[in-house]
Amino acid sequence: MSWPEFGIIALRVVVTFVLLLVVTVINVWAERKIVADMQSRIGPSRAGPWGILQTVADGLKLFFKESVIPRKVELGLYLLAPFLAIIPAFLIFMMVPWGRPFMIGDYEVTLQGADLNIGLLFILAMSSMAVYAVVLAGWSSGSKYPLLGGVRATAQAISYEAAMGLAMVAVVVFTATQGLGGTLSMAEIVERQTGTWGDISPVLSFVPRWNIFPQIVAFIIFMIAIVAETNRAPFDLVEAEQELVGGFHTEYSGMRFAMFFLAEYVNIFSMSAIAATLFLGGWAGPTFEGFLPGLISGLLPTIYFLIKTYAIVFVFFWLRATLPRLRYDQLMTLGWKGLIPAALVWLVISTVAIGFRQFGAPWS
Amino acid sequence: MGVITEFLKGLRVTGGTMLRTITGQELVTTEYPKEMRQKPQRFHGRHVLNRYPDGMEKCIGCELCAGVCPAKCIFVRGMDNDPENPASPGERFGFVYEINMLRCIFCALCVEACPTEAITMTHLFEMSTTNRKDAIYTRETLLMDEKGEVPHMFPDDELADMDELDVADGWVRATAPSGMTAYQGVKMWQGTPGPGDWDPEPEQSEIDARSPTEGDDG
Repeated sequence: MSWPEFGIIALRVVVTFVLLLVVTVINVWAERKIVADMQSRIGPSRAGPWGILQTVADGLKLFFKESVIPRKVELGLYLLAPFLAIIPAFLIFMMVPWGRPFMIGDYEVTLQGADLNIGLLFILAMSSMAVYAVVLAGWSSGSKYPLLGGVRATAQAISYEAAMGLAMVAVVVFTATQGLGGTLSMAEIVERQTGTWGDISPVLSFVPRWNIFPQIVAFIIFMIAIVAETNRAPFDLVEAEQELVGGFHTEYSGMRFAMFFLAEYVNIFSMSAIAATLFLGGWAGPTFEGFLPGLISGLLPTIYFLIKTYAIVFVFFWLRATLPRLRYDQLMTLGWKGLIPAALVWLVISTVAIGFRQFGAPWS
Repeated sequence: MGVITEFLKGLRVTGGTMLRTITGQELVTTEYPKEMRQKPQRFHGRHVLNRYPDGMEKCIGCELCAGVCPAKCIFVRGMDNDPENPASPGERFGFVYEINMLRCIFCALCVEACPTEAITMTHLFEMSTTNRKDAIYTRETLLMDEKGEVPHMFPDDELADMDELDVADGWVRATAPSGMTAYQGVKMWQGTPGPGDWDPEPEQSEIDARSPTEGDDG
């Protein structure tokens, strides 16, 4: 590997990291502001214009707070858990392409932390890792409320991860028919969603070639599953302020708590980004090359990506402001009797339909 | 499919509220120090000790306010007036008058109990201090001066609104004494504490504000 290549890789990782941090800071503020609007309030309005620096102020405050370690904790795991929460959260976003690749001289720069050929699998692995953070934090705290939160996290995350994975499989199977062979690489999945459905029928030539149109059921299942996966309302049984006093992070304070908090919001954004990438075509969109200056054409894909992701992030906030928390048995019923069978049936239906299109009916 | 319609209904409620809040139709917050709310007419604020228009103190040191106070926050001691130079038109006057504002619950029972309308309430409520001793208001702070000006606790504070101390609370505006029908329609209050001139209300005619109508003994 030559030095310029190494520099490009280092730079894109750093830029992705910084982008994620900045976006998370804005997201925390945006959630408070949007939920406030939905409840006829104003929300944070003092720190900076429209209160946009509120998250920075909160972060600074938490940074200087004492990080209390209760006497009864399992020290090693207790200290490990916040890192276990935040590292997978950042690694997940490293898989998401957030802009169109471009050339600098002879070197191609992909706007993505890393383009693994097993991208989707890596995402599933990392989101499973994040569950360990919650479970270990709950168990190592040596206190009953965190323990209950941890136990709930185990059941919830495992049951919804299955539905999420099955929805992803449906997309992967469909994507395989869109180009040469199957792929798990996120960059490749986005590439195959560029353009329109014009080749199927001229009527559809203005409909973008996003996976959401053939895979709408998978999209709905995926959306419900990622809300549960990120422990957000109405599936926030793991935290459940009203019943579990904050759940798994009850015994955490100061910067350790801030890491859990940050991980939750990073997860919201990266999961939304994954949903946008898998179903809404990621950065794909009209760039008007030739009409607009090259710089703007290069930036437009990133802007499309952010718009699509924020549309999904907004749904997260909207749901939080609207729905009350599910009861534990309702959560399990929805997961095992609703989402997983639906995802399985949809996987079979869509696979059979794709098979018919690809190879024709077996009796013909 | 009932669940889904209910779910969409819920989303419509919050989404609609958001749009109405952003456009300002449903916003309920007032950003307090920046914009002050119009207080209700009968707002219970800080107390004030009144004087008669001739400058005499109304308080006669009877301690009824201290007796009726449910929070036991008023401390009064009366003293005989000096016959040469009386402070109040009665026999005695309030020599010590202290209200502990940390205990006061602003129920205005003292105002109701006062036989001479000496203690009334105003519209001022910004009374926070950084020192517990400052919360005990003495006669010097409570009593208005002979021109009817009420001393403000923090005259240098940029939030201090001197006009609030000139607006009387509900009791001073309340109904006729003892419920006598003779006083019905007769103005028995003034809008401001202190030596007012008892203007009639806008819709009232120029009748003697303090005397009941003749030939009606209620």
